[in-house]
Amino acid sequence: MELKVKTVDRQRGVMVEFYLPAIWEGLRLTVHHFVRNIFGKRDVVTIQYPEEVRRVAPRYRGRHRLTVREDGFIKCVACYMCETVCPAHCIHIEAGEVEDKSVEKYPVVFDIDELRCVFCGLCVEACPKDAIRMDTGIIAMAYSARNRFEFTRDLLKDSYHENEKTKYRALPNPRSDAEALPNSVGVLAK
Amino acid sequence: MDILLNPIVQALIKIAVFVLGFVMLTGTVLTLMERKWMSAVQDRIGPNRANAGKFRGRGLLHIAADGLKSVFKEDTIPADADRLLFTIAPFFSLLAALVVWAVIPFAAPLGGVTFQITDVNIGILLVFAVTSLGVYGAVLAGYSSNNKYATLGATRSTAQMLSYEIFLGLSLVGLFMVNGTVTVSALVANQGQYWFGDVIPKWGIFTQPLAFLLFFTAMLAELKRVPFDAPEGESEIIAGYFIEYSGMRWSVFMLAEYVSIVGTSALIVTLFFGGYQVPWLQPQGFQFLGWLLPLPAVLVTLLQIVAFGAKTVFFCWLVIMLRWTVPRFRFDQIMELGWKKMLPLALLNVVVTAAWLLVYDRLNP
Repeated sequence: MELKVKTVDRQRGVMVEFYLPAIWEGLRLTVHHFVRNIFGKRDVVTIQYPEEVRRVAPRYRGRHRLTVREDGFIKCVACYMCETVCPAHCIHIEAGEVEDKSVEKYPVVFDIDELRCVFCGLCVEACPKDAIRMDTGIIAMAYSARNRFEFTRDLLKDSYHENEKTKYRALPNPRSDAEALPNSVGVLAK
Repeated sequence: MDILLNPIVQALIKIAVFVLGFVMLTGTVLTLMERKWMSAVQDRIGPNRANAGKFRGRGLLHIAADGLKSVFKEDTIPADADRLLFTIAPFFSLLAALVVWAVIPFAAPLGGVTFQITDVNIGILLVFAVTSLGVYGAVLAGYSSNNKYATLGATRSTAQMLSYEIFLGLSLVGLFMVNGTVTVSALVANQGQYWFGDVIPKWGIFTQPLAFLLFFTAMLAELKRVPFDAPEGESEIIAGYFIEYSGMRWSVFMLAEYVSIVGTSALIVTLFFGGYQVPWLQPQGFQFLGWLLPLPAVLVTLLQIVAFGAKTVFFCWLVIMLRWTVPRFRFDQIMELGWKKMLPLALLNVVVTAAWLLVYDRLNP
């Protein structure tokens, strides 16, 4: 087998071997950045994370939310489309009956295991009622217990608020296991 | 007041003021400043999270946080390490870094007080002798750690020392020939003279420009800093000779590195940038082309101390800037640079200086 040897045409010469011109050029660049960032207008790429959050595009697939109707009732009709299409099997729905005949069903249980989710967005595309969206802008979730990532229906419900100061949209975090685990059913009861 | 006249007491006071007050402080602050400055170069913000309640001080508290962390961290010694050598190795580095300050003058003598811890007559030669001991810190640490990376780092630092130590000594021979002395106080005092009336100060950088380049390069190599950081070589041998160190011992290595930066900068300033000399500042005040602005002697001394500090900090900054500018030399390149380029240049500098002095003496008998 023939070896392919690529000969690199290296710069040789007194000025290159002397190193100083190249070092001078390099120093000019670093000092330029140094002076600009210390004395001039600071031009840094750092996002100071908890206080500043990277703005994500509206179509960015972040954490899910369940949208609600105008009267505040959950839009989801428990048709199981999302659960069926989900490639990660992270959605778990249990349907219940509603007296409203135009809807008939609603989810008594709607769990999404966010650790299992692959954020493909197929559930959003599959939903016939625009009941599930991934536009919360939440790109990172950090909890200390496994079950905190199992988001229940009420935690997913469209009750996220926007922090005016940081433009940080945050859903209320489940503070305790008791709050995070069981599905509350009393949405219908006024 | 009699006790203040005791030379040992005087020396102790000077050590407390200069070494603890200036050197250690600057060295410690540099550990943070290097990170802040590097992030400025790289368009980042740098450490700013350490806080005491609401107070952050733009990252200033990281100095305290780092110190506390080092004190409370577990201090591990590898199972098969040579415990004695492993323990004393960091202090070799720190010792070499600190002893330089024994001979560096901070200001011109005022009354009977010298602003220099001791003015030994062998001056710079003492500095050479002691700073060369610094390599023992690296070698002993690498040897005693019983770690292959550490051994590699130690070997590299030995080989590197062999490459730069020769032209480090030779680079200053020209300076000694011009001044006719190796005493540090005399070397600095001579740089208070002027050329062409009172215009150009007779600093070492103007009398021996090539020597400055050689000396600066050699000192960078002695600091084991970029571009001569092959002994540490983070990307190749992780941290080199001090890879097995943790806790406060590791911090002593770090502190020694930054104290050496300050010491090296002070040495460069002392030898080539007039030490405490401020251009056109004479003992009686500013003097420029026959025009005189009289100043009290105490103010002159203060100005000299400030000038010395400012020059030193500038060179610390330059050394740190260089780290974020140039890549690391490959190992054979260091050897080649030291033996094939710098050594002949240093010899050339000696020969040319000697020839010039001969001619000059013939022309101005």
